[in-house]
This record gives sequence, structure tokens and C-alpha cells, in this order.
Amino acid sequence: MTKEKEFKRSDGRALDETREIKAKVGIIKRADGSAMFSFGKSKAIAAVYGPRVLHPQHLQNPEKGILRCYYDMTPFSVSERKRPGPNRRSSEISFVTGKALEPVLQIQNYPNTVVDCYILIVEADASTRCAGINAASLALANAGLPMNELVAAVSIGKTGDHFVVDLSKDEEDFTVMKDGKEIKAATDIPIAMLSRSEKISLIQLDGKIKASELKEAIALAKKTCKKIVEIQKKALKEVKNN
Amino acid sequence: MTPRKEEFEEKEKEDTTTDLDHEKSRDVVVPGEVLAKGKDILPGEGTRREGEEIVSSRFGLLDKTDRLVKVIPLSGAYIPRAGNTVIGQIVDVNFNGWNIDVLSTYDAFLPVMECFGYINKKDLTEVYDFNDILVVKIRAVKPRSIELTMKEKGLKKLEGGMLIKINSARVPRIIGKAGSMVKTIKDETNCNIIVGQNGLVWIKGEHVEDEIIAKKAIELIAEKPFEGGLTEKIKEFLEKHKKK
Repeated sequence: MTKEKEFKRSDGRALDETREIKAKVGIIKRADGSAMFSFGKSKAIAAVYGPRVLHPQHLQNPEKGILRCYYDMTPFSVSERKRPGPNRRSSEISFVTGKALEPVLQIQNYPNTVVDCYILIVEADASTRCAGINAASLALANAGLPMNELVAAVSIGKTGDHFVVDLSKDEEDFTVMKDGKEIKAATDIPIAMLSRSEKISLIQLDGKIKASELKEAIALAKKTCKKIVEIQKKALKEVKNN
Repeated sequence: MTPRKEEFEEKEKEDTTTDLDHEKSRDVVVPGEVLAKGKDILPGEGTRREGEEIVSSRFGLLDKTDRLVKVIPLSGAYIPRAGNTVIGQIVDVNFNGWNIDVLSTYDAFLPVMECFGYINKKDLTEVYDFNDILVVKIRAVKPRSIELTMKEKGLKKLEGGMLIKINSARVPRIIGKAGSMVKTIKDETNCNIIVGQNGLVWIKGEHVEDEIIAKKAIELIAEKPFEGGLTEKIKEFLEKHKKK
């Protein structure tokens, strides 16, 4: 393998640099907790309601409270209109988001109740599920719910031979020419990490990667998630100033 | 109307749990943050012990005394506590009491036993009907239920006036130190105001205009929880509106 002179990302970022991150809490007045989180153009808002008694009754769990996540994209968030309402992709993301947030949320003492977390993607430019998890984590904290720690998520990608942090849409669609054909050469790994224990609560993989390389990707994700946690903390602490 | 006012001032004094002067200097903490180290410090509400460290389990304001560390919630839904005076709405009438929505996770229950006087058990709606608004006191908070009582001075059914909702974390600010803030609003607007710990505020004045001014003043306080010299600002605000 020949060494490349210098690899440049399409938007000029360093390999381990995320896009500009913005975070704000308390954006939705009537929700119990709410937050906005964005990676560059990927923007997610989250609203949390509850804990409230769950209806219909047969869904209730008498042992503990449950968390329900809803992920959806606005019709105008992508270049081609997204039909409103849940689809196969959003149902899956709702499910994994719930699983990523569940370990931190301490709602065992609220039997028969539900905490509803609605995540809406206002603008999509890849890594939306990570932005959604980050926003949801902030919203849950803002709702004053008992939580062990925060959750931060970032997508690690591999475009060609390079590991990159926080994929944009261009990088997600990265292709190489092989035998006169264009083939997809990007790997996308969304990873969610807990802030204190540094445990991983979500890892998905889209593409191809070697086992040894995956370890490298996780190490990179941990490093980046720590930075994201700092931004989340800052956003939460800012409530005092406005 | 005047004797009733005084009745409530006393209650509000008891309900002020947060010392406001310290609120501004307190730190905001996030879940997972290390608050203190050492075996001799006790973890209070909203915190937990992990080995040597005391870690926050909630987003809120840090309250640290010599040996105890706790976190006071800043936002979110109302957490019921025994002894709180709250305002609620009747959502169901049972054979032995009423279910009342007090904006907490579960509906609260007011048994007939906890009411004053003779009650005809054949038809409880004669006493309190659906959608009635009551000032009630929380007697006990159990894992799955909240028990209420009416057997105390000042607890009654509310008639007329207006009801507004604010975040329950802002209630201590609305009441002020020893009820000073709410007293200012009451005196300036000539309204009778009852502040429930769950964030529901009932306002009744002789004129709707007075009620609206009181409502605006309360919303102003709720919007700016960390601002210093609020009492002065509210006085200014009230005087400005009174002249009109």
C-alpha cells in the first residue's frame, strides 16, 4: 500500500474532527424536558414527557417504568421528500435509540408508567441517529429524571483506508472505482457511550471492517464521545444564565 | 376576603423549602458528575455513592452541607412530597373517595375519611364533583399512590378565579422568602393567590384586570429563576401596571 501524501476530507476537516456541534436545552416549553443537538447540518430536537401512567393498560409493566422512543424525520429534512410517519428505518432507529438510553435511566421506582421521548430530525446530513441520541440524553436530563449518567453518541466511519469521525452525507456515500465499476467503500459505525462508566450502549455497523480495525474505531469513538459529553454538560449548565 | 388571605400566608411560610439567597451561588450539576469525595459524606436525594465518590443522579442544583450532599431538581415534572399543599382537579369519583390529578406521575386519592363534616356516601358528587378544583395537602406518598387530606386549615374547593400552571421547580421563587414575593403581588393587585407546590397557581381578584396583572407577574418570575433583585423588579412591574 502506498502512502498517500495527505488525505483531505471533503469539507476540509481533520480525520478526528467532528462538525460544528451545537446543543441547547429547554427549547420546547410544554414538554417536561427538551433539547436540540446538531452536528453541522444534521439537527435533531428531542422532547421528553413523563413519567406518566401508561395506557392502554396491557402495555404497563408492574415491575418498572418503561422508556419509549420515537425517531422520525421531518418531510423537508432530506433532499427528496420523506413521507411522514414511521417506516422500516425509523422504527429500527427508534428501537436502538431506546436501547442506547435505557441503561442510564433509573425509572424502576415508577411502575406502570412510561417516559416518552420524541426525537425529530429537522435537517439530515448523515449521523442523524447519533444527533438524536445526544439530544434525547440532554432532554431526559432536562426532564429532571433520575439518571446514572449521560449518553453521548458519534459515528465513526471508514472512507477508503481512513478512519474518520462524524461522517457527513458525502462521506457516507464514498465510492471507489474498481474494475471500471463504482463500488461503495464507506463504512459507518454509530457508537453510543455512557459518560461516566464509558460503557458502550449502542454499536451498529454498515459496511465492511476487520475485527482489529473495529477496536481502533471504538477507541476513536470513546475519545470523541468524551468531547461531546463536555459540550452536553456545558449546554445543561447554561440554563442558569438565561 | 381579608381573613382568608392571612390564613394562607402562614402556610406558604412553611412550604418555602429552598433558601433563595444561596440559589444563585449554587452550581448546576449533571448526571454522572462527581460531587464529593470521602467516606464521611452522606449521599442525599438525587445522589448515589460509588466507592469513595458521591455521584449525581439528577440534573439540578447542588446543595452541599458539611456532611450531606443532595441535588435539587431544576426542571421537569412535579415530584410529590408528604406535607406539600397542592392544587388538583377531580378526575374520578369512587365509592369511598375521589381521584385527583395533581400533575404528578400518578393520580392522588382523597378518601372520604380525610374530609371534614358529615358526607353522604350515597352520592359523593354532592360534595366534590368531576372537574372541581381543590387545594389539598399530601398526607403520604407511597410507591404507587399519593394520599391526600382535607383535614387542615385552608384546604377547600376553589371557586371562580383563574388557574395558571408554572414549572414546579419555580414555586419557591414565586412564594419568596417567608412568603414575601407572593405577599407583594397579593397586596399590589388585591388578589387572593394560592400557590400549589405542584406548580398550579390560583388567582382570584375582584376584577379580571387585577387577576391578569397578577398572572403576568407570576409568569415573569417563573421565566427568570436566577435573576437577582426580583422582588424589586416585580414591585416596579406591578406599580407600572397599576397606574394604567
